[in-house]
Amino acid sequence: MIEIVLVLAVPVVGATTLGALGDRPYAATINAATGLCTLLAAIALTAHVVAHGPLLALGDQFLVDPFNVFLVALTALVGFTTAVFSRGYMTIEEQRGRVTLGRLRLYHAMFQLFMFTMLLALLTNNVGILWVAMEAATLTTVLLVSLYRTPASLEAAWKYFILCGVGIAQALFGTILLYFAAEKVLGAGGGALLWTKLQSVRAGLEPTVLSLAFVFLLVGYGTKVGLVPLHNWLPDAHAEGPSPVSAVLSGLLLNVALYAVVRCKILVDGALPGAFAQNLLIGFGLLSVVVAAFLLLRQKDIKRLFAYSSIEHMGIVTFAFGIGGPIANFAGLLHMTVHSLTKSAIFFTAGHAAQKTGTHIMDDIRGLITISPIVGWGLALGALAILGMPPFGVFASEFLVLTTAMREQPWATPFLLAALGVGFAAIFSKVQPMIFGETTDARLPARPAMLPVFIHLALVLMLGLWIPPFLADWYRAAARLIG
Amino acid sequence: MISTTPVGFQLINLFAAILLLLAFAMLAQRRVVSLIDLFVAQGFVLALSTAVVAYTTNQPHLYQSTALTLVLKVALLPWILHRLVRKLDVRWEFEGLINIPTTMLIGIVLVVFSFNLALPISQLASTVTRSTLGIALASIMLSFLMMITRRKAIPQVIGFLSMENGLFFAATSATYGMPMVVELGVALDVLVGMLILGVFFFQIREQFDSLDLAHFENVRDQPPR
Repeated sequence: MIEIVLVLAVPVVGATTLGALGDRPYAATINAATGLCTLLAAIALTAHVVAHGPLLALGDQFLVDPFNVFLVALTALVGFTTAVFSRGYMTIEEQRGRVTLGRLRLYHAMFQLFMFTMLLALLTNNVGILWVAMEAATLTTVLLVSLYRTPASLEAAWKYFILCGVGIAQALFGTILLYFAAEKVLGAGGGALLWTKLQSVRAGLEPTVLSLAFVFLLVGYGTKVGLVPLHNWLPDAHAEGPSPVSAVLSGLLLNVALYAVVRCKILVDGALPGAFAQNLLIGFGLLSVVVAAFLLLRQKDIKRLFAYSSIEHMGIVTFAFGIGGPIANFAGLLHMTVHSLTKSAIFFTAGHAAQKTGTHIMDDIRGLITISPIVGWGLALGALAILGMPPFGVFASEFLVLTTAMREQPWATPFLLAALGVGFAAIFSKVQPMIFGETTDARLPARPAMLPVFIHLALVLMLGLWIPPFLADWYRAAARLIG
Repeated sequence: MISTTPVGFQLINLFAAILLLLAFAMLAQRRVVSLIDLFVAQGFVLALSTAVVAYTTNQPHLYQSTALTLVLKVALLPWILHRLVRKLDVRWEFEGLINIPTTMLIGIVLVVFSFNLALPISQLASTVTRSTLGIALASIMLSFLMMITRRKAIPQVIGFLSMENGLFFAATSATYGMPMVVELGVALDVLVGMLILGVFFFQIREQFDSLDLAHFENVRDQPPR
């Protein structure tokens, strides 16, 4: 129980401290240290859950089960490595005059608050608080996306705020409907919104209301996942914010939103006859994969390219959870993990590549491997990993999704394969000339922070070759939970 | 549990009707200052109807919601909005994307759609206020429409806030309000969101010399940095 409090309290304390001291030279170190403490607390929590099983704490308001504990650990890990990366990255940005010290203070404080909101969304047992935390996550990142105050970044932040605000309002209506259905069975009051309580009475919930609630919740949280056709905000927000923000948006926020969707799906599966939720998830997932793959071909900006790739991969995960069953769920969870690690590593590298060449336009980025072998290799390996090349972990999860799809939903397999092929061609043909090719660009004013990139890629490689037994057990337990 | 008087019941229906009218009025209003006044009126009617529901159905926690609505939506948010309008000096709004009569017609279609959507739920509800669920959904949809059709930043935000009012009304009419901890959290989010937007407006203004979002459409066409 103390671990839950620590996991949530450390980012808040960090945010408060950084709100006061965020413009000092050592602020980036405090930020990284806060990330490290959060990670340690998350590891302690994980160890506790592994040893003692699922945990309900603080008057049933917090829930830790196999499904969310690995996401908490992943969120804390990527949060920490992003803070380490942003230490080097933001120093260079400041020396290039793109951010002032005052804005760095805002950046550091908001970064930690954002971590807090995501961890709260994962740990809370209350559907209403989940909504509050998701909305707060949007609010904290609006000012991060517009950090550079360029016209394009302001537009991106505005679009992000309005579209996600509207989307999340749908989710609130869904939450109200869910409460309406639950209140009849569980009585009024806070208890009727707890996942654990809802879970135990899910068969008794009114099917009409529940299906309507699920549609609203799916549209609402699906907007944040970036499911097509609700994805419009995502490429802009990812492209215009600073790279560490793109990394956490893509690597963490999308996962947390998808977590909310899957929790709702678990409820609906138990209450509705037929495959209502599954079919919706399969449809949205497949549409996202296919549309995003074709949009990849048209991209010119390196961060937009990988933002569309995030939509594609979220589509794959949604599709996997839509199929359901132990293997597809296992694949979905694995894919969430490896996508999060790989994509944040790619955004780190893309950030440094853009700093080196002074542009996000892929046609102008050339010869990374000659100006900075480490950035060049980082991008090359990251791109290979995200494209699903063996032996990286993305290959393992995509392979599992495809083989299950062939058995359960054979009609969908050609679409998936075609989309993956198109995505492969698009990304590979654009990344290859950026890495090789001629260039005359100068060196960076400070050393690139590439360590997090290689840590992430090493983890993804490991997950492709060997999944540690405790992690496999989690995935299996979580997959059973999702059903 | 249901010990409502016919008067209370009538009052709730009356307030619901007024809310729907106000939603249409906001849709038709072009002046920013009047739009804020309409938003105040909406918040006030919402608070009144919540209080009546609290009284007639004997739900004490709804009085807290009433107080929250009064403080947040009738006092604090309009005050912030008025301050912003004065500081940014944006009094007028011109044509939206679609002209007003067309918007109203689309609005009517939305209301019919909402009533149909809410019908199966209303029949299941045991609350005295169930007939107003359709109206709540309709005001959410109308605010949504307002956000889509307006071009300027502040009317879009007022649309967003009035959508939140509609959601709140839906919560009261379907279930006698959400649990208090959730309501407080939602209120906190709305308030923080408003403050962040206040900062954000000045950033937009600094960059574009205006809060007209039509500028945004040009940004994409410029050669990137």
